[in-house]
Amino acid sequence: MTTIDPAKTSRDYQQEAIAEPAHHQEHPDLRIPGLIVFLAAEGMIFLGLFMAYIAFRAVTPDWPPEGTPKLELLLPGINTAVLIGSSFVIHNADQAIQKNDVKGLRLWFGITALMGAVFLAGQLYEYFHLEFGLRTNIFASTFYVLTGFHGLHVCFGLILMLAVLWRSRVPNHYNSEKHFGVQAAEIYWHFVDVIWIILFILLYLL
Amino acid sequence: MTQAAQIQEQANRPAHPEKKGDWKQYFTFSTDHKVIGIQYLVTTFVFYLIGGVLATMVRTELATPESDFVSREVYNSLFTVHATVMIFLWIVPAGTGGFGNYLVPLMIGARDMAFPKLNALAFWMIPPAGILLMSSFLVGAPGAGWTNYPPLSLISGKAGEMIWILSVLTLGTSSILAAINFLVTIAKMRTPGMGWNQMPLFCWAMFATSILAVIATPVLAGALILLSFDVLIGTAFFNPTGGGDPIVYQHLFWFYSHPAVYIMILPVFGMISELISVHARKPIFGYKAIAYSSLAICGLGLIVWVHHMFTSGTPPWMRMFFMITTMIIAVPTGIKVFSWLATLWGGKLDDSSALLFAMGFIALFVIGGISGVMTASVPFDIHVHDTYFVVAHLHYVLFGGSVFGLYGAFYHWFPKITGRMMNEAWGKAHFWLSFVGFNLAFMPMHKLGLEGMNRRIAEYDPKFATLNLICTIGAFLLAMSTIPFIVNVTWSWLRGEPAGDNPWRALTLEWMTTSPPPPENFIADPVLATGPYDYGLAPRSTEVDVPFSDASNPALSAGPSSTLRAKPDPVVAANPSDRGTESNNR
Amino acid sequence: MNIPSQISTLLAGIILTLVSLWYGQNHNLLPIAASEAAPLIDQLFGAMLTIGTGIFLLVIFVLVYSYFRFRRDPDDLSDGPPVHGNIPLEILWTAIPAVIVLGISVYSFEIYNTESGMNPMDHSMAAHSKHSHQVAQMKGSAIAAPLIAQVDPVAKDAEVRQNAATDAIEEKIPLRQDAPAAGNVAPRAGSIPATGQEPLVINAAGMQYAWLFTYPEEIIAGELHLPVGRPVVMNITANDVLHAFWVPEFRLKQDAVPGRQSEIRFVPTKEGDYPIICAELCGAYHGAMKSHVVVESLEAYETWLQSMKVAQTNASDRAIALNPAEMTDSEYLAPYAQEAGVTPDLLHQLHPMS
Repeated sequence: MTTIDPAKTSRDYQQEAIAEPAHHQEHPDLRIPGLIVFLAAEGMIFLGLFMAYIAFRAVTPDWPPEGTPKLELLLPGINTAVLIGSSFVIHNADQAIQKNDVKGLRLWFGITALMGAVFLAGQLYEYFHLEFGLRTNIFASTFYVLTGFHGLHVCFGLILMLAVLWRSRVPNHYNSEKHFGVQAAEIYWHFVDVIWIILFILLYLL
Repeated sequence: MTQAAQIQEQANRPAHPEKKGDWKQYFTFSTDHKVIGIQYLVTTFVFYLIGGVLATMVRTELATPESDFVSREVYNSLFTVHATVMIFLWIVPAGTGGFGNYLVPLMIGARDMAFPKLNALAFWMIPPAGILLMSSFLVGAPGAGWTNYPPLSLISGKAGEMIWILSVLTLGTSSILAAINFLVTIAKMRTPGMGWNQMPLFCWAMFATSILAVIATPVLAGALILLSFDVLIGTAFFNPTGGGDPIVYQHLFWFYSHPAVYIMILPVFGMISELISVHARKPIFGYKAIAYSSLAICGLGLIVWVHHMFTSGTPPWMRMFFMITTMIIAVPTGIKVFSWLATLWGGKLDDSSALLFAMGFIALFVIGGISGVMTASVPFDIHVHDTYFVVAHLHYVLFGGSVFGLYGAFYHWFPKITGRMMNEAWGKAHFWLSFVGFNLAFMPMHKLGLEGMNRRIAEYDPKFATLNLICTIGAFLLAMSTIPFIVNVTWSWLRGEPAGDNPWRALTLEWMTTSPPPPENFIADPVLATGPYDYGLAPRSTEVDVPFSDASNPALSAGPSSTLRAKPDPVVAANPSDRGTESNNR
Repeated sequence: MNIPSQISTLLAGIILTLVSLWYGQNHNLLPIAASEAAPLIDQLFGAMLTIGTGIFLLVIFVLVYSYFRFRRDPDDLSDGPPVHGNIPLEILWTAIPAVIVLGISVYSFEIYNTESGMNPMDHSMAAHSKHSHQVAQMKGSAIAAPLIAQVDPVAKDAEVRQNAATDAIEEKIPLRQDAPAAGNVAPRAGSIPATGQEPLVINAAGMQYAWLFTYPEEIIAGELHLPVGRPVVMNITANDVLHAFWVPEFRLKQDAVPGRQSEIRFVPTKEGDYPIICAELCGAYHGAMKSHVVVESLEAYETWLQSMKVAQTNASDRAIALNPAEMTDSEYLAPYAQEAGVTPDLLHQLHPMS
């Protein structure tokens, strides 16, 4: 018993607690790590679909199956360039808000949103001009499901950006200290972009 | 007198809640993790009873060799929905959502989860999904087994099939959201002074579980998205007639559904570690070994899924690779089991139902583990795959394992959740009835499977009649064993003996506040004056006399200087020898 | 009497070992071993059961002994000894299970090798001269088109997939190719010794809810008859959903996957009548999808084959006006319904994939 120091084990060192019992602590803001873990889960859905695509491709005797026209590369190529470019553009918005420059933020977000919209429009144009439908064959089905699922994510990213633009009308809603919305939209957009690069290589190039 | 608990309690001040919570809050979109935990537990328990009714119907059908109790189609729906309910609506949400939500923030000294609203959202996805699944019986329930392999699932009833897919997608989403919450909570919200290696083992287990849930569940979502296209729109991803491949579905499905069994068992491993240490009044043996073996199981658990497909079209290299990885999983699992046994050995075991369930868990889980290693062996698995041997194996690990562990956790944490003690005599009756009923129901199935009885059949060869009748009698006993439990919980909740804050004299932080804990849990950040498992804390001017002790050497010491020990917060440690200047986490 | 603890531990260890060994040999859990590979698998099971019994008894002993020996007095509130762990012990109980499971893996691997062989070429029909095999011929047109693009060395002619009874559906299911790297191939199991004896090639087709077996010379039966001691190569496919061909006494199982041709090889060694069971859930009558395999002497087998031939001729006389491809399943199956144990009730359940 002698070596245990009673002074140490009583509550005295918790002075901050004695000052005000049952005080309410500010809930920590952990949304960014939460978003990153969420995107890891999202990435796994895509990974599962990619693996399914690779497996279908491996077991089908000729790929793409007979009668499937080769995919056009020009439009999707431009689309890809637009989407990759938009990732660099949105990064400028982040730089701007770090400097408390809400105007810059609005400008760059606007441009990114526009580029996202161009990408979506390009995708839709391609859909309408393809010569195969969802049920044509296994290649067509995987193509539509993968690109469509990615397109949904682009839509969502677009909505996020528009929401940030809407909110940024309120003065000081975003500042250099507090701009979770901006960060979240940016991280999400990069994620969508990376997924597209993999998808493009898998579907169009290989 | 046990000093450790006294010291730990003195170092923390229990909060004094103003008033009891209102029962109505349990029906609202509450963001308090304790309310959500109780919501999860009650909801999932109701689904457990529903799943139990389905199981009893399955066994009633199987009491005789003929198909005579329900029609064959209904029988197929019974076992399909039984498995879906038990997995997605009982064990996964009860272990992670229920106990995980209630205990993790308390154990790490946090005020709530990282994302309280998300937490409530994750819970409120469960009742609709469960009700949706039940409603499938009105339109022709799904009958392709819980694995739902195409092409069978594509040609059976479309409505039931779609309901199953939607329900499982919703439950999967709920599971992913809960897991994200746990990962962030455990990584970022531990009380100052609690480093990774001071966390209670249940938190380690929850962390490993959540990693699995985040990585594996989305792949199932992907598979189900493709399957629903097949069912609704008529694409041919998994339909061989249109050039699809059913084996791809099996890969995607098992990539989630094998880790799912670890999602179901890892939290229970964590609970068992807590229970055994407290009720045997001994430090957990090899704290770090148990903690890291959870991570090992998590990592290995992701690369064993093909062992469910040894007969369905995997190349030889894959059969061999997955046989070896599956075998290796036995090693970290063995580490845990032997550590629990070493913790029990030489302890001072109390006579509680919680400990009885924990010990029953070990006995039954070991049987399931042994038959698991057997089925991992490819040549043997080719014989027993899809037979009752596998049914026996999975029930030994999921019922004898997970459910017995959950029961033990109920008995152990009930005083914390309600502030009242459970009745021990009823608890004992519950245990023995469950234990005997369980072994009667599932032990004969090993022989049935080896002899040649396949799974998922409504009618079987008359030569299996006797053993099946024994199984059915066991299943009825098992069904009845829930009655003492329900009576016990109901009565204890209303009239049980008041428990006090720390009836088991435990050391982990959830016991350092009042029972039931107030909103926000603690009035000040709790501290670890002792380690979470420092039972038998004694003055250490002299060497502690324990076997194998070389007190000076951390690698050889069995005592408090062992490297395997979870040490207290160096800033406030009760023992001078544990004190340091650098805190772990501040 | 006071026995020192080391001695009692030693005795307990010896007893535990003996009990495990005895049980591993005398468990009486498996049915008759009726194929060449079965005794090997039984030995493997015996070995695993011995180890498993030992571990189980050890754990149960510790639990029960602790429960009674270390029970605390209700008013004893002291703690147990502060033992936090022990690294040598941890290493020991990590290493021993690791060695055990690796041993089981190596043993299983050995058996798998003798049983099926890791070398895919072992399975290749092309590795032998194609003429040395009797391929069950079929009527109707060959559908070799999808196979021309086959890159797989173990490719077989589409002909063997064909089964006169199920032509109509076969044509609707395109063949998938093997992709070993993507972990997706037509499953194979079992092996036959290179005795030089001509293997008997039989095509099996699973359908809801019956097996159809096509013998050489287009003899179709609903049950299997095999001459004892002659190697068998079975090509298995399915016409609608997944099935699995399982004969417990042979210790062999193989999934039947539509669009793939799995293969199973074995040598029946004991005469008798064994059940053939469908082991993969295939619908409502899954439990009724049964047939049986009769392993008999060569004479009895030949007699049966002749009788089948005669029956077949009569049946095809009747059916000559009808191309099987244009018949419904139930019409086609009717002659075989008796042998296959298919009832009219069952036939109503037959519906091709839509």
